[in-house]
Amino acid sequence: MFELLPSGVASMALPLGRSVRAIVEQTDLVAARQTQALSFAFHIVLVCFGVAFPALVLVMEGLWLRTGDPVYRVIARRWSRVMLVLFAVGVVSGTILSFEFGLLWPRFTARFGEVFGFAFALEGFAFFLEAIFIAIYVYGWDRLRPRTHFLAGLPVVGAGLAGSLFVLSVNGWMNNPTGFDLVDGKVANVRPLEALFNVQLWHTFVHMTLAAYMVVGFVTAGVYALAWLRSRRDRIHRVALVVPLTIACLVAPVQIVVGDWAGRQVASSQPVKLAAFEGLQRTQTGAPLNLLGWYRDGRIVGGIEIPHLLSLLATHDPNGRVPGLDTAAPEDRPPVNVVRISFQLMVGLGTGLAALSGIYLWVWWRRRRLPRSVWFWRAVVVSGPAAIMALWAGWTTTEVGRQPWIVYRVMRTSEAVTAAEGVPIGLIVLLVTYLALGAVTLWVMRRMSRTPLQIPPDAPPPAAASAESG
Amino acid sequence: MSLVDAVLALVIAGLTAYVVLAGADFGAGFWELMSGPGPKGAQMRAAIHRSVGPVWEANHVWLIFVLVLLWTAFPVAFGAIMSTLAIPMFLAAMGIILRGSAFAFQPHVGTGRLAGLMSAVFGISSVLTPFVMGAAIGGIASGRVPVGNAAGDPWRSWLNPTSLFVGALAVALCAYLAAVYLAADTARGGDRDLVEAFRRRALAAGAVAGVLAVGGLAVVRSDAEHLWVGLTGAALPMVILSGVAGAATLALVWRRRFGIARIGAAVAVSAIVIGWAVAQRPDLLPGELTIADAAAGRPTLVALLIGTGTGAAVLIPSLVWLFRLALRGELVKSEPGEMP
Ligand code: HDD
Ligand code: HEM
Ligand code: HEM
Repeated sequence: MFELLPSGVASMALPLGRSVRAIVEQTDLVAARQTQALSFAFHIVLVCFGVAFPALVLVMEGLWLRTGDPVYRVIARRWSRVMLVLFAVGVVSGTILSFEFGLLWPRFTARFGEVFGFAFALEGFAFFLEAIFIAIYVYGWDRLRPRTHFLAGLPVVGAGLAGSLFVLSVNGWMNNPTGFDLVDGKVANVRPLEALFNVQLWHTFVHMTLAAYMVVGFVTAGVYALAWLRSRRDRIHRVALVVPLTIACLVAPVQIVVGDWAGRQVASSQPVKLAAFEGLQRTQTGAPLNLLGWYRDGRIVGGIEIPHLLSLLATHDPNGRVPGLDTAAPEDRPPVNVVRISFQLMVGLGTGLAALSGIYLWVWWRRRRLPRSVWFWRAVVVSGPAAIMALWAGWTTTEVGRQPWIVYRVMRTSEAVTAAEGVPIGLIVLLVTYLALGAVTLWVMRRMSRTPLQIPPDAPPPAAASAESG
Repeated sequence: MSLVDAVLALVIAGLTAYVVLAGADFGAGFWELMSGPGPKGAQMRAAIHRSVGPVWEANHVWLIFVLVLLWTAFPVAFGAIMSTLAIPMFLAAMGIILRGSAFAFQPHVGTGRLAGLMSAVFGISSVLTPFVMGAAIGGIASGRVPVGNAAGDPWRSWLNPTSLFVGALAVALCAYLAAVYLAADTARGGDRDLVEAFRRRALAAGAVAGVLAVGGLAVVRSDAEHLWVGLTGAALPMVILSGVAGAATLALVWRRRFGIARIGAAVAVSAIVIGWAVAQRPDLLPGELTIADAAAGRPTLVALLIGTGTGAAVLIPSLVWLFRLALRGELVKSEPGEMP
């Protein structure tokens, strides 16, 4: 998925003049990076469900409270059970990540833990609240009064957002390290709040939050679109399809604007990363943008060149000056092709999803109905996986684009890695575990979806339910 | 109390909470593993799921809390511990992921072969995880973790007499806590057979843990001199408290006073964790690194205290609500076949 092997293979193919130990170290570094990438790729999908799914469930429950229509309650209940399972898998995969901060990068944590750690401490509280209220919410359907129950769900949404804000603050700090001084190579004068609220945080947070809503909205809609295509079109399926789809379609166009903001932020704080996005070798004014193609020997081959577009996008001026890869020494540049292809994949998918949303919103606005074309619904089915791909591609862009630094321009990833042996073994064990875990999770989701969505005969209206338990 | 002591106290408080709360969830997995086939076993497993289901995720967060406090407030020690003890820590992480997900899947996999597999994975990883965590603590306590990037022995740092003792003790304590709590939870439901089953298990596990703790002191004496000195010196009151609380709990369980026994068991186990910390003072990594030398700079510690204080103001009422609901048995399914 995150095939970063080329650089690893290249260095392993140079045994001449290198000790065996150096090769082992190189292998360990590559394995450590792959382990990190694998664990994140797994966690981040579940994170989306932790951030955005509770909101979706609450929208449904809120509709039930307002209208008293049992359809909404049935859907909310079903989804809340799905939410609990996904939350559990999110929790355990997040725990792995916490361990990995020490298991893979002990020197990074030992050196900078006191700078970035404060954000994680706050995140801990967010996770507490999320875990507490998700339990009360999901297990409390029948015992809490409807309004209390709804209110118990709100902290889940808030804590999910807060948790992701704090983690992203750490990631932002790695890209834009502030809030400390280096005195003789040692960390001094730590300013925890400055580190917490680094400039990289805000666009990352907004972009990631919208991404979470897109992933959850499109994936959920995709599941019911499949049922739709199989002619299950009763009201309950229609509601379960339309609500998440509408949310995702409202978010997708906005994501492009936020992505543009992210790009300009990168242009100003990490110019080399931006140059890698575009494979721009030379610093130039009026820089062109290349679509597709492959970066080789300092230029893009086989791409479609659009003059001045890069300058326009990065600086909002067609003749703006864009720094190229040549502003950094070769050993300080990220692997261009991985970064560039990921970036183009994200932007391509993002544009496609926004176009899909455009169709949906247009038909709704002009005709007040759902699109009828089978192709539209087929596209909705694949929109979920597409959003997840965009998410992975975006993170690959950000993380690989930061290389070779773990802390941008302060500490190299190679300086941070563990000296413990057996990292490749750990990677294989983890890979097998995640494959099994992913497979069982999907299987359980499928099994849950086989119980038909229907209104139980004795479904209580909200008023009766509150009288019952009040 | 100095700033550093205050932050260390937070770490120990978090660890204690993790052990007495999440420890019991691990112990429940041990009893699931031991529950056997047949309808009796199935009933036990159902009781375990009712008790553990709503609370285990919140209990688990205490571990995250301890980890992040450690790497923020004592980063050098964190790097040393995680790199030297990489193998037990990796095993613990695997145990956590397998156990948590197997538990979450269980209500949704029906009753076939997969359900059996999930139950077994849940049980085995619930034993493995406390064992390796205990072994890692034994390695730290017996001074086998040097400062540096994987500077210690990757195997002997956690496969040594003290580690094996602490690992085994951890498993026994988890089982003991779980049996006491489960007896109390099922007593509320009124199923006499089930209550008696957990009562017998609580008595047995308590006896085993007690014997193990006393016998283990001999191991500590020969293997980790300074820890022995600490346990029989500064930490002696804690050791005695643990013994007394443990014995009192057994008596309470015997007389079926499960509500108070729950508290007694928690006190007995907490005293062990706190006693270890006291015995080791002023070292964080014995013989290698003192607490004062390991601590992060002042601004970080101040931020941590303020942040934790603020967080606690929100957290504590929420936790109280969760446990009130859980202990009153309010967090349960009621529609048949609709286990959340
Ligand atoms: C559904 C997912 C999704 C979609 C449709 C898009 N992105 Fe994105 N993008 C992400 C999901 C994502 C992300 C959540 O994976 C990243 C990784 C780090 C971050 O802040 O968001 C990201 C990073 C990221 C970055 C790097 C930020 C950094 O390194 O700090 C840029 C410049 C963009 N995006 C730009 C865009 C543009 C111009 C898009 C327009 C189509 C777009 N993204 C669509
Ligand atoms: C973009 C990056 C990340 C985001 C947005 C994010 C967000 C979240 C959220 C919202 C949860 C709640 C559980 C869920 O919804 O599934 C969660 C769980 C968790 N995450 Fe992440 N996370 C990210 C990366 C990380 C990293 C880097 C770490 C650790 C170093 C981490 C550690 C954890 C832990 C320990 C949990 C479990 C918390 C619990 O016990 O409730 N996550 N994450
Ligand atoms: C959740 C979404 C994320 C994904 C998919 C992701 C992906 C990746 C990838 C692909 C790498 C390997 C880069 C390389 O070796 O070339 C990496 C490295 C790393 N990431 Fe992330 N990342 C995510 C979020 C985060 C966050 C939120 C943090 C910090 C809190 C973080 C911290 C790290 C660290 C410490 C490394 C290892 C050092 C390095 O390679 O620079 N990541 N990640």
